[in-house]
Amino acid sequence: MANIIGALDIDRERCKGCNLCVVACPCDVLSLSTKDVNDRGYHYVGDTAPDACIGCAACATVCPDGCITVYRVIEK
Amino acid sequence: MTSPKDIRRPENIVAAKPRLLNDNTMHYCPGCSHGVVHKLVAEVIEEMGAEHIAIGVAPVGCAVMAYNYLDIDWIEAAHGRAPAIATAVKRLNPSKLVFTYQGDGDLAAIGTAETIHAANRGENIAIIFINNGIYGMTGGQMAPTTLEGMVTATTPYGRRVELNGYPLNISDLATRLDGTCYVTRQSVHTAASVRKAKKAIRKAFENSMNGLGTSIVEIMSTCVSGWKMTPEKANEWMEKNMFEKYPLGDLKDVSK
Repeated sequence: MANIIGALDIDRERCKGCNLCVVACPCDVLSLSTKDVNDRGYHYVGDTAPDACIGCAACATVCPDGCITVYRVIEK
Repeated sequence: MTSPKDIRRPENIVAAKPRLLNDNTMHYCPGCSHGVVHKLVAEVIEEMGAEHIAIGVAPVGCAVMAYNYLDIDWIEAAHGRAPAIATAVKRLNPSKLVFTYQGDGDLAAIGTAETIHAANRGENIAIIFINNGIYGMTGGQMAPTTLEGMVTATTPYGRRVELNGYPLNISDLATRLDGTCYVTRQSVHTAASVRKAKKAIRKAFENSMNGLGTSIVEIMSTCVSGWKMTPEKANEWMEKNMFEKYPLGDLKDVSK
């Protein structure tokens, strides 16, 4: 069976911490920072469980600010 | 097992910020639907290879500064007059891709006449209509599209029909006009709905280039500040309350 591996690059400074990507992610990869804030004072999102990512791009699709780049590799 | 370093290569990218959406930070509130729709417009224009012929007409409202975020040509119209400006631009430059980007306060209140008449004349323009049922920019006042019983800054006890009238469903009105070729209502609250909305915008842009008539893409949106909810809760509220009055789907499609 093919193994799907995903990876994310997140633009933390552009992120406004709206939490929509966290809700959209089917694999619970993402979560908002609880303490740290970016230069504009928002709690930014991070891939806290990167191994679970399947590269479905649901997070990047719903992100209003285009902060997320999604990579996907299908291993055969 | 592929290492994370090997995955992060340009050929493996499945989603990223579109090239036409520039690096300026958008002034929209966190979780605002405008950002998603801007992204979709940028993606569609990029995919159509139309960045050199695209001319957007920005409204008055939150999207007034759309020209700061999308690297295409823009014109800023007076409040509600975007379809009239777009009419002139398209008639003088028929080879250009002309679209308007308007909110409900702009399109459905002060610009009702321009919108209805441009659609009735069958101008070859695409109208993107962001409907969040409220005046977001000016502080959350009642708009014509506000739902019955919805609390806003000017209807603190909820919209009352006997005082404020019924919610105005402008897309349903537009379906009855002979000039429109495509009228659809979409939303951007889930990944699946975003993909459908993108297809609708693409179809509207193609219709305008093919000279089929006016296309209207209504996009149901949230206003986290005006509704005073978190983005998550706003999406849930919209799904529960707004889709009953404004059901999603294609309302008119002459190509079918």
